[in-house]
Amino acid sequence: MFELNRKTIILSIALLALVLLPPLSIALDESYVISSMSRVLIFAMAAISLDLIVGYGAMISFGHAAFVGLGAYTAAILGFHFHEDIAMFSFPFEFSGSNQLLISLLLAMLVAAVVAAITGMICLRTHGIHFIMITLAFAQMLYYLFISLDYYGGEDGLVMLARNELPWVDLADDSQFYYLCLLFLVAYLVLSLRLVNSQFGRVVRGCKINEQRMQALGFNTYWYRLVAYVIAATGAALAGALLANKTEFVDPGLFSWHLSGELLVMVILGGMGSIYGAVIGAIVYLLLEQIFAAYTEHWMFFLGPVLILVVIRARHGIYGLLQKWWTANV
Amino acid sequence: MSEIVLHTDKLCKSYAGLRANHNLDLQLLRGEIHALIGPNGAGKSTAIAQLSGELAPSSGRIFFNERDMTSLPVHKRARMGIARSFQVSSVFDEMTILQNLALAVQAHHGHSFRFWSNINRHRSFNQQAHALAEQFGLEQLQDVLAGELGHGEKRQLEVAMTLAGDPQVLLLDEPMAGIGPGGSKNLTRLLDGLRGRYSILLVEHDMDAVFSLADRISVLVYGEIIATGSVQEIRDNPAVQQAYLGESEESAHAQA
Amino acid sequence: MLLFIEQVLNGLQLGFMLFLLSAGLTLVFGVMNLINLAHGSFYMVGAYVAATVMLATGSFTLALLLALLSAALCGLLVEIIVLRHLYQRDHLDQVLATFGLILFFNETTRMIWGRQPLFMDVPEAFAGSVEILPGVPYPLYRLLIIGIGLLVAGGLYLLISHTRLGMRIRAGASNRSMVAALGVNIRWLYSLVFALGALLAGFAGVMAAPVFAVESGMGESILILTFVVIVIGGIGSVKGALLGALLVGLVDTLGRAFLPDLLQWLFATPTANSIAASLASMAIYLLMAVILAFKPRGLFPA
Repeated sequence: MFELNRKTIILSIALLALVLLPPLSIALDESYVISSMSRVLIFAMAAISLDLIVGYGAMISFGHAAFVGLGAYTAAILGFHFHEDIAMFSFPFEFSGSNQLLISLLLAMLVAAVVAAITGMICLRTHGIHFIMITLAFAQMLYYLFISLDYYGGEDGLVMLARNELPWVDLADDSQFYYLCLLFLVAYLVLSLRLVNSQFGRVVRGCKINEQRMQALGFNTYWYRLVAYVIAATGAALAGALLANKTEFVDPGLFSWHLSGELLVMVILGGMGSIYGAVIGAIVYLLLEQIFAAYTEHWMFFLGPVLILVVIRARHGIYGLLQKWWTANV
Repeated sequence: MSEIVLHTDKLCKSYAGLRANHNLDLQLLRGEIHALIGPNGAGKSTAIAQLSGELAPSSGRIFFNERDMTSLPVHKRARMGIARSFQVSSVFDEMTILQNLALAVQAHHGHSFRFWSNINRHRSFNQQAHALAEQFGLEQLQDVLAGELGHGEKRQLEVAMTLAGDPQVLLLDEPMAGIGPGGSKNLTRLLDGLRGRYSILLVEHDMDAVFSLADRISVLVYGEIIATGSVQEIRDNPAVQQAYLGESEESAHAQA
Repeated sequence: MLLFIEQVLNGLQLGFMLFLLSAGLTLVFGVMNLINLAHGSFYMVGAYVAATVMLATGSFTLALLLALLSAALCGLLVEIIVLRHLYQRDHLDQVLATFGLILFFNETTRMIWGRQPLFMDVPEAFAGSVEILPGVPYPLYRLLIIGIGLLVAGGLYLLISHTRLGMRIRAGASNRSMVAALGVNIRWLYSLVFALGALLAGFAGVMAAPVFAVESGMGESILILTFVVIVIGGIGSVKGALLGALLVGLVDTLGRAFLPDLLQWLFATPTANSIAASLASMAIYLLMAVILAFKPRGLFPA
């Protein structure tokens, strides 16, 4: 039980630190930290969703940012129609957008789920490097699609006039927005942990370890992988919709392969296949980025080699190191 | 004993003109242990892969309980009751023995789109998995990761997993491969214990195991069955002696 | 019709440039089972060095030589320092480490050459145009690229199918352990193949320098096209890379040139233009998705 305690203590401390962050940073007169930490929390969600398929399903998606982008654009477009009061469609009923957060989030997830189901059906016919490349290709397609959508800003992106609304919460307030993100992250973390330890989760893990055997056992692996892919996409879209609210701006860069790559980096850096690792990875990666950026504009010059070192030396990521530590000297 | 469970009709497989199997007519009777033997490269693994559905035959058909299942995918055949083991142990290394077996059990219990409750605490799966572990003498090791098992134990787990879901047919692809005489004896005893309850197609190089287990033997040479019969008939068959047995004794020794 | 011929030539030109890039990439994957996202960096190095030397000395020959040399050298160093450790790893690790390499290379070029793109003039000997058909002038330099692409394709074919080295490469691509068992010095072979791939990528960079702007990050946009090429062609197959490259080059170029007119003609609405533009830029990805949907391992699976 001791090992469990060590883990619990660390997790509690981390959670406490995240809860105390807003009052502390206001007290220290560094309140910009709140906003940038909101971004970190949102990316942590996106990274968790990617870990669900990469870490547990061996589906190395190099286009996961596409779902972040879809979520973000859904929220932004709904808001755009709401504020301009232009109908999005008028059949079977008239709908002119929404500025309600819950509606935005729900629709964002729905859109991502539909796109993931359609593209996933094709992607999941392939394996290995082909899967990596075809997910990248679909993300690129969406990237170019949104670049050409002049109506929604095209290459320049789309500004959200205001953050969404939620009863009893003032999203425009950075602290409240931060706590909302934290709440979503914790809830998503718990959900994901349940998911990977469920009957479904074990099947997906089995597909990762040995898909041939899974089929020989009688599992129709294709459908399980597809559902996992769709679930992961909805998580990314959720993060995307929150991100759009955070920055109050979306642009096609959200679909870029660069962002997909960064999400993968977060998952690996933190330690894939552990859910917690994705959160750690997102925090560490984005903090590293900010720290390097504070010293030099050429921060990627340093970040690149750090990444390479992590891949070559620390194979199980930061969470792997932590795990070693809290299962050691029992 | 004469009811046919699984049979093939002129089953062929060729790769880019190279013939792996030719006009295979194989009959597996209910409850028998039917050994499929032949020199390396004779097409035994190809036959297993076609029966389990991993390889689509170039021509010919496969029947299971009189039903044509030539074009059914792997997982459907498995759920109909055709289980297979692999020549190279393919267990789930990162899971414990119990989890491996529970996953095999799970495969035969409806769909697995259940997202919430913890699978490690699934009582019925765990009980059935435990029973399988016991049957194969693995209950002491049931919480050990499969990746940390010795080769012999892995082979046992490999076979144990095929029994989950109570299949009718077992396709065992060299279950004794590389486990040495001791392990081989142990596994032979375990397989003998399955006699009558399952219809077993056994591909095996270990001739001691084949001769002690098989009710009938088919000999495959260059992708064609040259003889089928009882152990004695096969031993006495001059064509078999000529084409295969002499050579196989050597290769069996070389492998040991 | 004349416009069509011109666009086909443009498509071929892009296609052969993509081939120079994908030949190396597909070999590296086939022989070493390595995904190298940083392949585009060698292309960038080639372009930068060529543009710089050309500006300083005015000699295209010198620029070409130094560019090839530095691309190959970069490739060799990267292979020895980083990638060697990754051959046995899974694709995910390779993707990440080479992603790190991209960041490093892009930032390094920014530190050396700044953020402003460089422009390189077409070498004087190849400036101007020729009349390929009566009344159809076509830039000589672009024809040159097509010609060189053909030469390299032929050269690679000879190298791979008629030399000892090629035999080893082919053997390595189909069965790695067998080559090792035959006693071929795998390390040396790998380094050589990798440097060759980098050299070809650098070559493509030199060819591209007068056509596109030379800037940091130029490697990635073309790299993604290159990946589309090798995935369509079948990873590890040089023949597939050639076919895929030409296919992608033609579809992309012709799509951009004619889709807008075609849609205008069909629908005659103002939105047709914007739809056409997006369709044109998505065309090759659609092509890839369709091909993979039917042939999940590409046209010529190795």
